[in-house]
Amino acid sequence: MSKPTINAPARPSPGLWALAWRRLRSDRLAIAGLLIVACFLVTLLLSAAGLVARNWDAEVGVNYAPPTFVGAQSAEERGVEGMNAPEAAVPDNPRDPLAEVLRKLRAERGAGAAVAPPLDYYGIADPLAPEIAAIRAGEGKAAPAVALERRATLPFGADKWGHDIILKTIKGSETSILVGLTSALLATVLGTLFGAVAGYYGKWADDVFNWFYSVFTSVPYLLLILAVAAVLQQKGVLTIVLILGLTGWTGVFRLVRAEYMKHKAREYVQAADAIGASDLRKMFVHILPNISHIPFVQMSILTVGFIKSEVILSFLGFGVPVGVTSWGSMLNEAQNELILGKWWQLTAATTAMAVLVTSFSLFTDALRDALDPKLK
Amino acid sequence: MDPNTLLSVRDLSVSFRLDRRAKEPGFAAVKGISFDIPENTTVALVGESGSGKSVTSLSILGLLPAENATVQAGSQIIYGGRNLLELSNDELRRLRGRDISMIFQEPMSSLNPVFTVGHQIAEVLRLHMGMGQRQAQARVLELLAEVGIPDPLAKSRAHPFQLSGGQQQRVMIAMAIACNPRLLIADEPTTALDVTIQKQILELLAALQDKHRMSVLFITHDLAVVGEIADRVVVMRSGEIREQGTTEEVFQRPQDAYTRALLQCRPPLAHRPRRLAVIDDFMKPGGAPPATEDRPRGLNGGEPIILEVKQLGKSFFSRQGLFGRSEFKAVEGVSFKLARGKTLGVVGESGSGKTTVGLTLMRLHEATAGQALFEGRDILSMSRGEFKPYKRRIQIVFQNPYASLNPRFTVGQILTEPLLIHGLGGGDAGRGRLVRELLARVELPEASYHRYPHEFSGGQRQRIAIARCLTMKPDILICDESVSALDVSVQAQVLNLLQDLQDEFDLSYIFISHDLAVVKYMSDQVMVMNEGQVVEFANSDDIYLRPQHPYTRRLLAAVPSADHRIRAQPG
Repeated sequence: MSKPTINAPARPSPGLWALAWRRLRSDRLAIAGLLIVACFLVTLLLSAAGLVARNWDAEVGVNYAPPTFVGAQSAEERGVEGMNAPEAAVPDNPRDPLAEVLRKLRAERGAGAAVAPPLDYYGIADPLAPEIAAIRAGEGKAAPAVALERRATLPFGADKWGHDIILKTIKGSETSILVGLTSALLATVLGTLFGAVAGYYGKWADDVFNWFYSVFTSVPYLLLILAVAAVLQQKGVLTIVLILGLTGWTGVFRLVRAEYMKHKAREYVQAADAIGASDLRKMFVHILPNISHIPFVQMSILTVGFIKSEVILSFLGFGVPVGVTSWGSMLNEAQNELILGKWWQLTAATTAMAVLVTSFSLFTDALRDALDPKLK
Repeated sequence: MDPNTLLSVRDLSVSFRLDRRAKEPGFAAVKGISFDIPENTTVALVGESGSGKSVTSLSILGLLPAENATVQAGSQIIYGGRNLLELSNDELRRLRGRDISMIFQEPMSSLNPVFTVGHQIAEVLRLHMGMGQRQAQARVLELLAEVGIPDPLAKSRAHPFQLSGGQQQRVMIAMAIACNPRLLIADEPTTALDVTIQKQILELLAALQDKHRMSVLFITHDLAVVGEIADRVVVMRSGEIREQGTTEEVFQRPQDAYTRALLQCRPPLAHRPRRLAVIDDFMKPGGAPPATEDRPRGLNGGEPIILEVKQLGKSFFSRQGLFGRSEFKAVEGVSFKLARGKTLGVVGESGSGKTTVGLTLMRLHEATAGQALFEGRDILSMSRGEFKPYKRRIQIVFQNPYASLNPRFTVGQILTEPLLIHGLGGGDAGRGRLVRELLARVELPEASYHRYPHEFSGGQRQRIAIARCLTMKPDILICDESVSALDVSVQAQVLNLLQDLQDEFDLSYIFISHDLAVVKYMSDQVMVMNEGQVVEFANSDDIYLRPQHPYTRRLLAAVPSADHRIRAQPG
């Protein structure tokens, strides 16, 4: 209400982002969210650089080693004896190629009937172990070094193969967050671009994009994903990003298009027209900064959604390839483990995801408030 | 207290917290004002934006926003022996609409778009008078007839959007007087309306006041309107009362410098001073401004012509059915010649097509007929590429300075952009220097360069918009209602600036406005438009002294002036 005074010294006024940051900073919840997200990102970077969780696929624990506070379990309790079938049954199977090899090896060194190798403490039986030991002894070599000591319990437990869950979760964040961020970026850029063109030019350009919009939104989401996946015909992180990006732009498009339709009639755009600004200049230099809060906030919301979508894709079998881990593939494995009562992998993946998604949402919420000029 | 006093405001102070967390009230909007509203009297509360006049009226009705407004202790608003500021919400609600009612500036946004007009008036009657359905219906028709709406039965079944702006305001008035209130608060009731409609509404209010023997608190920024309708005037500025008295006293013998300034700021119809007085002239210790000679305006026929428009037409088409389309002729057969360094005024009411003429010449709309010859070439039929070099030579200043500047650009960026687009001003250093020179020319401090538009007042923003046009050194400047959104005192400053710039740069103006006084003051020639057509085109003074067309005469008669009173003095 008071007339602004502009007699202050010639210090540049805070811009949009400076003001938004000022408002954001006073929101403690948002800052907490931002810090947690930052922690995740730092861990991700360290892991990608190989400083953390490089040996995530080392089998450091016994199969399904429970978390430390649960306490060690015997092989029987862990339900893993069945995983390595008793050796005695193997030679009886005439079609077993391994049995043939064993028979030959034994005949060479003149050994008698097959001796079932004893199960070790961890419930693992290697049928070739006695033969290999004999061969190495024949060549004058010592018995092989004892395999890595496998621990009975791990702080957060182990999966089926004995991978440390915490390292696996860290490694998995790499894929999950990367997929979430890049596909959200792709979807936002596409949606903003389409929305800008459709909203600004209107007429047939609008019709064309609206037709695409209707098609994309009328096909059920999962079918659409299957269709894109079938077209791409390749598994991998890039494919997932493309699938999510190519199907996720519709929401951003709708909002951005509406804003452009509103803003193109505003006087400041007419004024830009009057001074001779080109269409591109009006669209992206004049209007875009005025509506930037919309794609920006949409992108954060999409990121959260896409991290979750990666799980669905893994479930459908379009997830990351074998040998790469992600929170989605962890959840996928957890489906089978849960029946056996192995809840730790599920817990780790969902906790990591829930913490990230919640803090990201808190931050996004506050960001929208800080950026929206109407809520000022 | 005088027994004739209906409502009395004593030491009213209202402040607003600007920051939600701040404990202390921040901004004092109203600073201890006192005035009385006698029975059967129209009291006008006059002030510019930020004067606290609307806050005062909202306090009377108890409608201040509770979350950030604070009424200071000791404030009193006494009505019927009770202090309205101490009443509970329930008691206030019973009072509102029944004893004290209000009409607002924008009738369209005050009416609910999904209910019929009749329903909305009947609702007031049922709530406050306890009338039944049938009884209320009958009263609605009476009321609509009373506020001068033709065919009340049909209109009571209409939705608000089916009525014109004037009719909507009449419906609002019908709602306000439905319960025979003792006091009617009218907050800028005619500001959004055309002058001829404004006149009708003012006449209606005056007639209703006499008939119902109620009091009216008329809030406005326009002193001329006040002169026509008010018995008493209260002049406010920055939350304080500068002067109050009978209308005659205030207009004939204004005591306060600010009141004198307000009376002088508006361009007079009778003569044409070289410069308009501005508030600062009066507020300085020196007192009144030196009398200045009149500025000659008008053409004698020998001036060089810069733009010749022939039979300009613009139609808008809307699709109708599958193949048909209906044509709406916004502008038809407009021809004129614009002389170098002179001003062509275009005046008309809303829907007259005056703005369309300006936008079409800028090619912000494409014309559907006619030619516009600029240096012998038709700028309307050129390709967009050919037109680009001409574009910078015809520039436009829009009406709303709050909307025409990109809020995300600094003033420096706003002013540099045209230079960049047209490759003017040499390098970055040259452009920066040019922009700073222009800022100084439109009397803005150099510090403005790095600031954003929202940090400036309306008048300052309009200066920025003018400076943006000047960067391109145009030959023709179209001013589309450029001063209509500004307070009168600020309006005078901007008009003075525009005149100075015309003298300095030999600019030609096309000055579009609904305000005849301003157009007459600024123009050499005036074109009067109605429903897309030119009804009269003559030298400025001739239009005012010897209007030929009946529409022009009607417009002139509707211009409010203190000399012409609608309401007879009481007693």
